[in-house]
Formats: sequence, C-alpha cells, structure tokens
Amino acid sequence: MEWSFIDTWIIVTGMLSAMSCALLGNYLVLRRMSMMGDAISHAVLPGLAIAFLISGSRDSLPMLVGAVGVGVLTAVLIQGVNKLSGLDQGASMGVVFTSLFALGLILIRQAADHVDLDPGCVLYGAIELTPLDVTTLFGWEVPRAALTNGLMLLVNVGFVVIFFKELRISSFDPALATTMGFNSGLMHYVLMGLVAATTIAAFESVGSILVIAMLIVPGATAHLLTDRLDAMLGISLVVAALSAVLGHVGAITVPTWIGFRDTSTAGMMAVAVGVLFLAAFLFAPRHGVIGKMVAQGLLTLSINRDDILGMLYRVRELAGKGVAAVKAEDLRNALKTGRWVRLALMDLLRNKMVRHTPEGVVLTARGLTAAANLIRSHRLWETYLCDQMGFCDAEAHYSAHHLEHVTDEEMQERLNRAANYPTQDPHQKAIP
Amino acid sequence: MMPMPPTLSSLAGLRSALFATLLTLGWASIAHAGGLVGEHLQWPTLQELLRVLTLRDYNTRVVIVGTTLLGLAAGLTGTFLILRKRALLSDTLSHATLPGIALAFIVMTLLLGDGKHLIGLIAGAAIFAVLGTSSVLLIQRYSRLKNDAALGVVLSVYFGLGIAIMGIATRMASGNAAGLNSFIYGKTASMLFADALLIAITALLAGALCLLFFKEFSLICFDADFAATQGWPVARLDFFMMTLVVVVTVVGLQAVGLILVVALLIIPPSTARFWSRRLSVMLGLSAAFGAASGMIGAGISALMANLPAGAVIVLTAASLFFFSLVFGTTGGLLRMAMERFSLSRKVMRENLLRELYEWQESATQAGEIGSEPLPHAGPRLEELLPRRSWSAHSLKRGLRQMVRNRWMEATDSGRYLFTTAGLELARGVVRKHRLWEAYLITHADTAPGQVDWGADTIEHVLDERIIAELESRLPGLAPQKVPKSPHLLR
Repeated sequence: MEWSFIDTWIIVTGMLSAMSCALLGNYLVLRRMSMMGDAISHAVLPGLAIAFLISGSRDSLPMLVGAVGVGVLTAVLIQGVNKLSGLDQGASMGVVFTSLFALGLILIRQAADHVDLDPGCVLYGAIELTPLDVTTLFGWEVPRAALTNGLMLLVNVGFVVIFFKELRISSFDPALATTMGFNSGLMHYVLMGLVAATTIAAFESVGSILVIAMLIVPGATAHLLTDRLDAMLGISLVVAALSAVLGHVGAITVPTWIGFRDTSTAGMMAVAVGVLFLAAFLFAPRHGVIGKMVAQGLLTLSINRDDILGMLYRVRELAGKGVAAVKAEDLRNALKTGRWVRLALMDLLRNKMVRHTPEGVVLTARGLTAAANLIRSHRLWETYLCDQMGFCDAEAHYSAHHLEHVTDEEMQERLNRAANYPTQDPHQKAIP
Repeated sequence: MMPMPPTLSSLAGLRSALFATLLTLGWASIAHAGGLVGEHLQWPTLQELLRVLTLRDYNTRVVIVGTTLLGLAAGLTGTFLILRKRALLSDTLSHATLPGIALAFIVMTLLLGDGKHLIGLIAGAAIFAVLGTSSVLLIQRYSRLKNDAALGVVLSVYFGLGIAIMGIATRMASGNAAGLNSFIYGKTASMLFADALLIAITALLAGALCLLFFKEFSLICFDADFAATQGWPVARLDFFMMTLVVVVTVVGLQAVGLILVVALLIIPPSTARFWSRRLSVMLGLSAAFGAASGMIGAGISALMANLPAGAVIVLTAASLFFFSLVFGTTGGLLRMAMERFSLSRKVMRENLLRELYEWQESATQAGEIGSEPLPHAGPRLEELLPRRSWSAHSLKRGLRQMVRNRWMEATDSGRYLFTTAGLELARGVVRKHRLWEAYLITHADTAPGQVDWGADTIEHVLDERIIAELESRLPGLAPQKVPKSPHLLR
C-alpha cells in the first residue's frame, strides 16, 4: 500500500463530509424520517440542474441555493401530498422524489450541452479526484471539497449546538414543542433545508450514495449503542469519521487481495459504515442481538441453577436423614431443559454449591444455604398467595415457581411480614 | 411521522405566504430553465409523429410495446405494495440489486469470459433483492430501529457495496463492464427484442398470478391478522407477493433504471386510488395508468431527441398523478372542496332558518308558530349577528341566499321574515334539532341546559331514517309538530 498526501486529503475530505451528514442524520433517525434523507438527496437533482442552467457555471453558491430551495420544496411537497391525498408517508415520498428525480434527469441531459455535468459523477462522486482541485487558505493549499465540507460541518455543528434543546424536544415530542412555544414545523423545514445543503456540499466530492449512507447509518448505529442524545451525536460522529478512514484504506487494500488495484472509495466508505452498523447490531450491549441473547442465556442459566438447587433440597427433605443424592440423568429428565441442565450443573460445581458422589449429585453446605433461601422464597410466596389472596390451588405453585427466581432479601422479609411470619406452607411443609 | 406544524393563524398566514413565494420562485426558475431547454428540443414533424403513432419503426415498436407492458406489470404488482404500505421497500429493494448485478458480472466474466448474459445478471439482482428485503426484516425484528431506518441502512449500504464491486468490475482486464451502468439509469431507447420479450413474459406472468391469487392477496392486504386466523399461510403468501414485486423490479431495472422503476411501482397505484377504492377496479386502473405512462412516455421520447425515455415515462405518470390528485372522484381535491363547500352552505342555511324561527318563537311567547308567517317580529342583521359565532360577511351572504331562494324576504326597514315555504323548511330543521335534544335528555341523561351544543353539531347530518327512528323512540311527541324547546331560548 502506497500512501501519499493525496490519500490523506481523501480521508480528510471523506471524514468532513461524513461527519456533517451524520450529525443531521441523527435527527432524521430519531424523527423516523430516515428515508427523507434518501428522498431529498435524489430530489435535489433538478435543483442542481436549474442552478446550472440559470448561472451557466458550476459555482458552489448557485448550486447551494438551488439545492436548498428544492430540498425545502421536496419536504413541503411530500407533506402536502401526504396530507391532501391520504396516501401514507412512504408512498407520498416515493411519488414526489421519483418525479423530481426524473425531472432532474431530463434537465441535466439538456444542461449537458451547456456545462460539463455527468449524472454518474453526481451519483458516485469523485472523491479520488478532490485533492487535485485546490484553493489557498491562509497560505495553505487545501482541496476545495475539504473546505466546503468543513464549512458545512461548522454550520451544522453551530445549528445543533444553538438549537440543541429545540431540536431535541421537537424530535421526541412535536406536540410538546408546540405547547412550549417552539415552531416544530419551522424546525422541520430548517432541518430539511440544511440536509439539502449538506447533501449538495457532499455531492460534489463524494456522491449521493455516500451521502445517503452517512446521513442514516451512523445515526442508526449510535441509536443502537446509547439512549442519550448527546452521546448519540458523539458516537455517530466517531462512526462517520472511522468509516471514512476504514473505507479509503479498504478501497486501496481489499481489492489487492484478489488481484485488483483499487475500487471506489465512496462505495467502500458505505460498506465500512455498514460493517460498523452490523457490529453494533450484533454486539451492542443492550440493544444488540448477541447482547440480548447473552442476557437471555444468563437468565435461563440462573433459573436452571435455581431449579436444580430446589430439587436437590426437596429430595434431601424427603429422604430425612438418608442419602440425598440425585443422578445427573434424573435431574435432566425432571427439569426437561436439555443441555441447559448440564451447563447449570457445571456452573454450580464451579461455585462449589454441589459436588459429585458415586450415588449422584449432592448439595454442599454452601449450596444448602442457597437452596434453603430459594425454597424459603417459594414457600413464603405460596403461603402469601393462599392466605392473603385466596389463591390455593395447583396454579399457585406455578406462580410461586416463577416468582421465587426474582425475589431478593428485602422482598422476602416483607413477604414474611405480610404473611404473618408463617412456619409452614399450605402443603404443611416447613419454611426454612 | 412528520411533526405537525402549529395551527396558529398568524404563523399559518406567514407560512402560506412563504410557500407561495417559494412556489413562484420555483416555477419561475423551472420555467426559465425550461425556456433554455426548449431551445434545444427539436419539435417533430407531422410525418415523424405519424410514424411513431402507427408504430412503423421496428425499434420504436419494440420500445413502446416493452415500456407499455412494463408499466402494466408494475401497476398491477405495485397496487399490493401500496396497500401493504411498503412503497419505499421497493426503493430499497431496487438499490439492493446492484451488488448482485456486479457480482454476477464478475463471476460470469471469470467463468464464461463474457459477463453480460442477461439471465445471469437478472438472477444475481434477484438474489440480492431478496437478501436486502430479508436484511430489512431482520433489522426491524431484532433491533430497536424502526422501519424507515432499516430501509435507509440497507439501501445505502447495499448500494455502496454495489458501487465498490462495480469499481472492481470496471477495472477488470477482461470483459467490458460499460453496459452495467444501464441498470442504474436504464437504456429504454436501445431496448432489444429480447428485453421486450422478457418484459412481456413477466407482464403476462404478473397479470395471471394477480388474477389467480386475487382473493388471497386482497385478504392479506386488508386484514392480515384475519387471514391468519382463517388459516391462510400469510407469511408464505406475503413472500410470494414480494417475489412478484422483486421480479418486476429486476426486469424493469435495465429498461428504465434503478430509481425510475420504483416510480412505476408506486405512482400508478397511488393514482388509481383517486378514482376508486375497490381493489379490483384499482388494480385495473393502476395497470391502465402504468401502461399509459409507458406508452405515452416512450412515444414522446421517440418523437423528440434528447429526452431520456425513462424520465419522460415517470413524468407522464407523475402528471397523471397530479391530475388525479386534483380531479379524482374519490378523495380528489376538487371533489372534496366541492363537498365541503356544499356542506358548509347547508349548515349555514339550516342555522339561519333555526335562528330566525327561534327569534320569532321567543317574540310571540306563544309556543309553536302557526303555519302563517308572522309579519311583525323579524330581526335585523345586526340582531342576528351576536346569536352565533358567524362573521358579518358570511351572515350577509347567507341571508342573500335565503332571499334569492324565496325562503325569507327582507322588509324595507331591513328586517328579515319567513316566506311560507321558508317557514315550512324551518319547522323541519327545528324539529330535527329538538328531536335530538329530547333524545339526549331522555336516553343519554344529558342536562337540558347542555343539549343545545350536542344537537347543534349533529342536526345537519340527520337523515330521514334516523328521524323516523327518533320519533319511534320518543313516543310522547306528536308527529309532524315542532316540539317545545327543552331549554330557554336566547
């Protein structure tokens, strides 16, 4: 891999545009309008073309004005069609943005005679070429695209910082925002205008795919990782920056593994952010698939452990002074939870709650205390359910069976008090 | 959902002014751009027009038949998509096909030497469309993200992957990847006979299957839970329906391109909704709108150089949509405005009749007014004005209408009086009002002081049947007479 200043500038430009998109994208994700980012970034095409046709140049300012105008117009049209026609949000979005896109294609085809404008360039961008188009800033040579996107990022950060409270309230509860005197409708259109401006700033350098990816995916990833808005904003920025780096590195390394020189950086950035999203989807501590599975597994394990302890205790009680060993096989047959029993037994052995004897598994002193505690919870619940609530049939046993796993010390004590300090449960078994 | 803008009137005024300015500016710039475009359009001669209209060119014939059938197939399958509220899923699905196309191209180039076998590319596209759809469902099911975020994530990441793989494909020494771009933008004008044939087969298939599974599809569109309780394999039918959409999308990809095929799936059924709410009619209309868009769009594009066919087809569909939005018979704006206007006229008329009646009633102190209009006690306009929250302007207009219909007449001193016909009408209106009041008091335990408001809102929509029902439930009231008001009159 050969690294040059060009690669550095590509990454810087990519990071700046990705971060400015990601920042606004958080609010799109929270407002459940992610596809609005897609719609606007397609619909700005006619805005671009009209700006071209009128100004006859590729200057940034007319394009920006055209894009913001069409961006806001798109938002207005979508809401108008949605409200007037009774079509759902998705369908009205689809109708509006595809029509505008088609209009844009036609206009661009006409504009192609005047100015050099390639729809392909708009779609994929040409981030690889951005470092070649430089301008001077304080005596430094800086790529124009990096400058534009940097400015856009500053504007977006300023907007989010100044209107943090308003944006938050109008994203989570537009009705509340209205009663508090903010105009959440206005907030919506300002946000849409900014999205369009950001889209256009990023378009020039990185193309529309990356814009859509960076608008939606970092925010979605951050949403999986945290419940706090400020943390979400921070995480999304990190994800965006990281995927810019990974994307470009990937674009110049991954193809070499299979014998090619390189591939589209914008495409690989989208792939990189997709990989980060997948990682969050799987491994996020609270909302990730694996995280949820692990939490569920741990719960199943602890319930099985409790059930084994309870069973060993009951056998010991029945056997009186005799041997109270139970074969592991019998445990498995009785509890009917298959391999979980073996896992739970292993866990109990490791914690020295039970031990193996030739006759089978028996409780240790430590295990006995834990088991007694559990049985105490179970029988207290049974007594309470029967005496206080008149719930004495077999069903009560099952309810107690569920509740015993989630009863802690304090609850046990209160239960004891509520049930008038019983010594025997409804089945005349002693409460330990 | 989108936040609702506040309903403060000052803000609304400001906003509508802003909106109008924006629209004007937008149209002005579009018109200006259009003027520039116009210089470059070559208008067809009559001869060319005839050639296209009679489908004399082989090329034009293939293209027009192809796009027409594609519009038909998309219109049919799109209807179910819209009804299942999955319009944007088609967008995600069509973007997600790109990596499949690029991968299929690379694999075929490596294995066969030539990457551009249509069937192979389409198979790759279909596989990734299904993968993309499943990814959306998985994200929705197993994470806290909502539908929109799942769609957006899958769309952009798959499309990015597609671009990255395309990047590799275009750098391959062997094989020529230039044609792959046609899947993104479409290549309507250079459609081959094989493409048109494929589209025709797909359209036939889609049409036949839509007819065959009409009952099942309509069932899961309108009430999937009910279908499940009736024992229908909802998940499988749903999957089958989505497969149809995938097939039409993939086939349409290279005809009109990635984004515009989405338009063909969404816009015609949305248009059909403005003309009928019956599924069978909607299906037919949607197919017709789709086919018409395809035919007209391709025709225009064939007539004028420099107009990309895919875009013109979509703009044709969009024009049909906006026409229907305004003029449609079910939910069209004009129709709704007319209905609202006539209802407000009716409400105004009935309110006026009742106010005048009650005015005279309280003036005579004699209970029911006889069948002769009373000449002396007519109110002036200024006296009627404070009785309800109506503006002087609308009251004046209402009174003028009353006089024009000869239900009231104005005396020289500006007092309004019933004519015989007007009094008869007013008795009916007041009777309706009081019947409902009596009903509220006897059957809904409402306090007599509060029934006026309740009756006021509903009296305008009580029809003959309900009146008869009310009469049978309130036996104490003499038929055809106006009952006494249960509360004090103003």
